Amino acid sequence: MDGCNFDLGGTQLTALPSGALWWADMSALIVSDLHLGRSQRIARLGGGLLPPYEVTDTLLRLDQDIAAARPRLVICLGDTFDDAQAANLAPDHALWLTRLMAGRRWVWIEGNHDPGPLYVGGEHRAELPLPPLTFRHIAQSGALAEVSGHYHPKARLAGQSCRCFLFDDARVILPAYGTFTGGLDWGDAAFRGLLKPGAQAILIGRVPRAVPMPGQRP
Amino acid sequence: MPTLPPAFSNWFAANRWQVHPHQADLVARADAPALLLIAPTGGGKTLAGFLPTLTELADGRHKGLHTLYISPLKALAADIRRNLGRPIADMALPIRVEDRTGDTSQSQRQRQRADPPHILLTTPESLALLLSYPDAPRIFAGLRRVIVDEIHALAESKRGDQLMLCLSRLQALCPGLRRVGLSATVEDPAAIARFLAPHPAPCPVVLADPGPDPDISMLLTTEAPPWSGGGGRYAIPAILDQVRAHRTTLIFHNTRAQAELFFRDLWLANDEALPIAIHHGSLSRDARTRVEAAMTAGALRAIVCTGSLDLGIDWGDVDLVIQVGAPKNVKRLVQRIGRANHRYNAPSKALILPANRWEVIECQAALQAVRAHDLDGSPRGPGPLDVLCQHILIAACSAAFDADALYAEVLTAGPYAALTRPDFDACLTFCATGGYALKAYDKWQRLMLRAGLWSLRDPRSAQMIRMNIGTIADTETLKVRLKSRMGGAALGEVEEAFAATLTPGDTFLIGGDVVRYEGLRDLTVEVSRDPGRAPRVAVFSGGKFSTSTELCARMLAILSQGNWPDLPAHTADWIARQRAVSHLPQAGRLLIESFPAPHMGQTREAICLYGFAGHNAQQTLGLLLTKRMEEEGLHPLGFVASDYATLIWGLDPLTSIGALLDPARLRAGREDWLAGNAVMKRTFRAVALVAGLIERNHPGMRKSGRQATFSTDILYDTLRKYDPEHLMLQVTRTEALRGLVDFSRIEAMLARTAGRTDLLRLTGVTPFAAPLFLEVGKVPIAGAARARLLQAEIDRLILAAEPSAAPVGA
Repeated sequence: MDGCNFDLGGTQLTALPSGALWWADMSALIVSDLHLGRSQRIARLGGGLLPPYEVTDTLLRLDQDIAAARPRLVICLGDTFDDAQAANLAPDHALWLTRLMAGRRWVWIEGNHDPGPLYVGGEHRAELPLPPLTFRHIAQSGALAEVSGHYHPKARLAGQSCRCFLFDDARVILPAYGTFTGGLDWGDAAFRGLLKPGAQAILIGRVPRAVPMPGQRP
Repeated sequence: MPTLPPAFSNWFAANRWQVHPHQADLVARADAPALLLIAPTGGGKTLAGFLPTLTELADGRHKGLHTLYISPLKALAADIRRNLGRPIADMALPIRVEDRTGDTSQSQRQRQRADPPHILLTTPESLALLLSYPDAPRIFAGLRRVIVDEIHALAESKRGDQLMLCLSRLQALCPGLRRVGLSATVEDPAAIARFLAPHPAPCPVVLADPGPDPDISMLLTTEAPPWSGGGGRYAIPAILDQVRAHRTTLIFHNTRAQAELFFRDLWLANDEALPIAIHHGSLSRDARTRVEAAMTAGALRAIVCTGSLDLGIDWGDVDLVIQVGAPKNVKRLVQRIGRANHRYNAPSKALILPANRWEVIECQAALQAVRAHDLDGSPRGPGPLDVLCQHILIAACSAAFDADALYAEVLTAGPYAALTRPDFDACLTFCATGGYALKAYDKWQRLMLRAGLWSLRDPRSAQMIRMNIGTIADTETLKVRLKSRMGGAALGEVEEAFAATLTPGDTFLIGGDVVRYEGLRDLTVEVSRDPGRAPRVAVFSGGKFSTSTELCARMLAILSQGNWPDLPAHTADWIARQRAVSHLPQAGRLLIESFPAPHMGQTREAICLYGFAGHNAQQTLGLLLTKRMEEEGLHPLGFVASDYATLIWGLDPLTSIGALLDPARLRAGREDWLAGNAVMKRTFRAVALVAGLIERNHPGMRKSGRQATFSTDILYDTLRKYDPEHLMLQVTRTEALRGLVDFSRIEAMLARTAGRTDLLRLTGVTPFAAPLFLEVGKVPIAGAARARLLQAEIDRLILAAEPSAAPVGA
């Protein structure tokens, strides 16, 4: 897979331009924070009626990544649905998701937006240890070889802003994969506590490449 | 002439004032359903507007709200309350006056709703909010008059469109309502009258005596102005001389960045420590209030300012206005000049300072126009649909409505008099279902049709709609604070896009201080003072004003004079030299020069196209032409635009115009180019906010942190991909073409020159083209440019970093 390689816990991972993570040794594709159904949730709460194309767009990109990588395992790191009600996908979207899941192991990690049981197939886990790595929604301080999401990291460089992976020798934090998601600035204090000096960012959407995080230089 | 009630005549006499004819006129015509008063600054305009109200309320029999006064500025409402206090106190009139703006306390607001004063002073946004309450009919019961102040300013923006929609609502609630508009001098009073009139009723215009002509001239310095640039800093000694020679001088700048840079240098040169302050819209409210108070107290000798001082607040004893840089627009210049000598029938004194050589010609054109009373301005076109969408949502907040009745009501608002039913229905559908090609919100519609009436599906959404009332385009800004453990003093704000370009250690100017960027914390830019250093970057990206069509035409007329005895010798010589080596641009022809020119140490090919279409249009022309040149294999490298010309450089010489300027092809190029353009994304954000697609303040959304909100660029891209005909994209397109893209002026320029193009092949840079090489804002061609910038930045960061522990593969 074309992307940017880095090591974590002695194994090689690849950050893909789409914002997904590829673990070649296990043939695993990892995505985080799909936030499916966000526009519907905002509408339900009486807010603006956002363009209702975000589920289609997110699934389309996931479909392309799966078609290219042919993973044996897919791990969604939580906040797959914007809330429990949003998990009631439209029939054609539910069918699409089922088709993507067919023929492979699929693990849903619980997020803070969608904790309860989900009416879709696959395994549901609070977290997934898959030595040497551990997969969970929110990074825990002191953890080792951990893969998580939740924060939607976003980099600012040369006046432009784009989603990014953040990693050091103990963990990687994935960018949000969902179309209607925002980001938390990589300079935010939340990251300072989690990532060590020397941590790096991989900006997605172009040819991914690692750059040092600001304020995290050794 | 009608007589005022004795108490009023006595009051005028006691103050030794004469009733101005236009003031008497407004009293005489107090019963007119609509009137527009055009009067110069200092003409007693506001009192004229209020006299009929004061006389009608003098007997104390009216209960409840009588007159609503609406002004574009909160500060103006407070000012008027003080000014009205005087006649009311002197004559012991039984009249209660209150203001209601964004600054009014919650308890005061609630009391006002329960027990409205006789005269309520407010802003368009506060009025819209009042109209959104279910008890609006009760609040406005008995209302007789509406006074719209500074209507010339409101009529230029969506705020005015919204206000006229609100007045149509008020008129339906209070059928006998009379409206009066108060306006500064404008080029087309009839257009403002149509804007204000309850369509199709007429709105007669009352023209006050415009007063004596201003005493206005160009500020000439011994030193010639520079070739390029906009700050006017070369003239600081001359300006200080003027400040010394006058009591109070207002020094107007066209942009905040220029005001900041100028103020800093002025202060450095101010050896006598004359009290001089700076005032503009990006300073903190504290800083502005301090300057305003000092000014009213007469403690300041000069104020460096921008448009934030344009409107009619009484600033005390100003006896000189200096406009730095060409005014770009005659009407604004005239209104600014009016700030000096705020007394009727005394000439205002003003100086204009050209900031560069081209602007000498523009300033000369502006002086001619002012003396000829020839104002400029372009018709704004019909009321925009995003404002109508917001109006529909506001209507639904107050009560269930019938679509036919609301449509009929909207047609009575001047800007919407020609609104078609399909357009109205498209807006209603957008508000109800989102109006998407994919019918997605059957269950979660925002508005529901129940028994023939439209109402909110979820009454809770009224709160969100109310929180987003208003049409003032808010660029996303971040507060700037001094860094300290306790949370330092607020200095002002900068645009988020500007903040994003800063790295720790960068210095910039704010409020006249050089500050050093320390970091971003809780969405606040933290800085420390760093007075010793030169600022690295200018603040505020904000859009540039374009020189008006009228001024451009006058400039072309000046160039055709043949000799220029009325221009300073340095400028006359420069024009003569241009004529000797090339041609002078003419109104009926399009001059294009092609020549080899040095660029970044190498010889490149350049063309300079003198369209005189204003900065925005020349910029758009640069984008479209370089795109066409790329298609024809001419290898353009970049371009830069001024108000008068576009300069393009590239690898190959241009030897024939061919179909390069074919309007049809330019238009086709425009469609492609527009779609992906940053201007469109910016416009889309403003439109989506006004139309209620997204929320400024979404309760419960922002709490969960920054990652919960996402960029409107994503919405724009998604719509373009899946629903390109959506209403929001249509509105965005219309607005961008009218505003920042200004394509209409390219079309007008092509029509004016009608293919009469002179392509001259020359041996080197011409006198007229030379200043463009110094112009800032050069635009490199190709989408690759952005990627290249990013790549360079990444390389820089990698070089700067130590080798890191984690191995990096690629």
